[in-house]
Amino acid sequence: MELLFSILVGALYAAGLYMIMRRSFVKILIGISLLGHAANVLIFSSAGLVEGRPPIIPGDAETLASPYADPLPQALILTAIVIGFGIQAFALALIKRVFDATGTDDLDQAERLSPTGPDAPPSAPAGPEPT
Amino acid sequence: MPRFLLILPILVPLITAALCLLAWQRPVLQRVLSFLGTLILFAATAMILRLVTKVDLITVAVGDWSPLFGIVLVADRLSALMLFVAGSIALLISIYEWGAPGKNTMEGSSPIFQILFMGVCGAFLAGDIFNLYVWFEVMLIASFVLMAWGGGSIRLVGSLKYVILNLVASALFLAAVGLVYARFGTLSMADLAQVQLQQGDPIAKGRLIALLFLASFGIKAAIFPFFFWLPASYPTVPAGIGGLFAALLTKVGVYALLRIFTLVFPGEMESLRPFLLSISALTMTLGVFGALAQEEIRRILSFHIISQIGYMIIGLALFTPIGIGGTIFFMVSHIISKTNLFLIGGLVKDLGGSTELRRLGGLFHRHVILGACFLGAALSLAGIPPLVGFWAKLVLIIAGFQSGQFGIVAIAIFVSLLTLSSMMKIWTRVFWGEEKLGEIEPADAPGAAAALRRAVRFIPVFALVLLALALGIFVEPVFEYTLEAAHQMLNPASYVEAVLGTSP
Repeated sequence: MELLFSILVGALYAAGLYMIMRRSFVKILIGISLLGHAANVLIFSSAGLVEGRPPIIPGDAETLASPYADPLPQALILTAIVIGFGIQAFALALIKRVFDATGTDDLDQAERLSPTGPDAPPSAPAGPEPT
Repeated sequence: MPRFLLILPILVPLITAALCLLAWQRPVLQRVLSFLGTLILFAATAMILRLVTKVDLITVAVGDWSPLFGIVLVADRLSALMLFVAGSIALLISIYEWGAPGKNTMEGSSPIFQILFMGVCGAFLAGDIFNLYVWFEVMLIASFVLMAWGGGSIRLVGSLKYVILNLVASALFLAAVGLVYARFGTLSMADLAQVQLQQGDPIAKGRLIALLFLASFGIKAAIFPFFFWLPASYPTVPAGIGGLFAALLTKVGVYALLRIFTLVFPGEMESLRPFLLSISALTMTLGVFGALAQEEIRRILSFHIISQIGYMIIGLALFTPIGIGGTIFFMVSHIISKTNLFLIGGLVKDLGGSTELRRLGGLFHRHVILGACFLGAALSLAGIPPLVGFWAKLVLIIAGFQSGQFGIVAIAIFVSLLTLSSMMKIWTRVFWGEEKLGEIEPADAPGAAAALRRAVRFIPVFALVLLALALGIFVEPVFEYTLEAAHQMLNPASYVEAVLGTSP
C-alpha cells in the first residue's frame, strides 16, 4: 500500500511540475493545484498507513492500543488543504486580472507585451503604473 | 509577563488588521490605525529584545499543551534580533507610506501590510516546523497581494512569476515536512534537535531532507540557481513595498536556513560545506554581474539583493561562531542599507521623474540631501568604513580566513569591489554630471502638499542613514550580541533544555 502511495505522490508531483512549465495561465494554475495535492498525499502517507483503526480510545480502555492511524499528519493535511485552497483562489483572481490587463492567456505573449524579466529593456511600455 | 510579551508580535498586527478592515471606508483612519499598530509592534519587539538579552531564551507553549506536540513560540537571540529589525522596518515603512505620492496611493492596503508583519513575526517565533510553514504561507499570500495591488500589466505579470515560483517553493517545503515526519516522527524543532544530539553522527537519509529544505528555503531566499524570480518581480513594485520586500522576505528565508541547519542538521554541514560555498560564490558573482548590466535603479538594486544573499550564505556554510555571527550581523546591516536604497529610489522617481539611468542626471545639484543619503546607503552596501556594511563584510572575511577558505574570501572581496563600482555607476549617472531637467517631470504634482509628503518620506531615509552610521561607529555591542547568538545557535542542547525542560 505504501508503494502505491509513493508512486501516486511521484506521479502527482511529475504532473504538477509538468503543468507549471506550460505557457497557459490556466494550466499553470492546474499545476499549482496538483503540486499541493501531491504534498498533501505525501504527508498523509508519511506516518505509515493503517487501515480501519481510527485514533479513538474505546469506552472501556485507558489508552490507545497501537497500531492506530496517526492523527497528526491528518491535522497537518487539513491545514495544508485550507492554505492551498486560499492560494488557488488568489491565483485564479490574479490570472483573471492578468488576462484583463494583457488580453492573453499565454505567458510568452504576456512577457512580450509587458516585459518584466531581467533582460527586459528599462523603458518597458508604460501601463497605468504607479511609481 | 514574558509569556504574554511573546504573543504580542503576532497578536498586535492581527488586531490592527481586523480594525483596519472595519475601517474599510475610511482610508485615513486605516492609515492611522496601521501606524499605531506598527508603533505598538515596534515597542513589543524592543521589549522582547531587551528581555532576551538578559535571559537568553524565552519560550511559550501556546495553550499549555506539551511542547512536544503543541505549538511553541521560541525567542532566542537570533529570533529576538530579527523581530526587532522587522518591527523597526514595519514602523519606518508605515511612515514612508504616509508620504506616498498622489498617484501612488495604496489605499486600503494597510490590513495586508499588517498581515505581512504578522506572518514575518510568526515565522521568527515558530518553534515547530509546520507552524513555520503556516507563517511562511501567511507572509507569502500577503506579499502576493501587495505585489499585485492596483498594478498595471507589467506589475501583474511580474507578480504572476513571483507567485508561481514561490508556490513551487511551498510545495517543496511541504514535501520536506512530510519526509521529516516520516523519518523522525516529530515536527517540533526542539525534539528534532534532541534526536539529532542523541544519535550523534549525521542522521541516515537526513541529507535528502536537508537538501529539500535547502531547495525550498533557497527559492525564498533567492540563492543560485533559484533567484530568477527576484529581478523579474521586485523592480515592478513601488518604492515603499520594494523596500519592505527587500528588507524582510528574503531574510526570512535565510533565517529559516540558519534555524534548520543549526538545530536539525548540524551533522550534515561538514559534508555540505564545499557545495554551499560554491552556491554562495555563484550567487554573489552572478548577482553583481547582473546588477552591472542593468540600466534602471530598481533592477540594479534587485540584483544586489541576490549578491548580498550570497554573502549571508558564506557564514552559514562556514558554520563557525564568527561565520554565523557574521551572517546575522550582515542580515541586519543589509536590511538597513538595502531598504534605504529602495526608499531613496522612490524619492528619485519623485524628484527626477524617472528611475532609468539614461533619463536622469545631476540630481545632486538641486537635491543635496537626497544625494548625501544615497551616498550613505550605497557606501554602506559596498562596505566602506565607518558605515555598518564595512564591519559586516569584514566579519565574514575574517571568518573565511579563520576557516582557511581563501577562495571564497577572494571572491567576496572581488564582488565587493564590483558592488562599489555598481553603486558609483548609479551615483555618477543619477546624481552627478549635468542636469537633464528638460526631459523630466516630477511624478507628483508640485505644491505644498507634495512637499510635505516628500518631507515625510525623508524621515525613514534619514533614520536609516543615521542608523547605518551609528551602528558603524558603535558596532561593538551589536557584534557581541550576534556572536552570542551564534554561540547559542551552535549549541542546540541549550535550546532543547529551555524548550522541552529536559536535558537531551
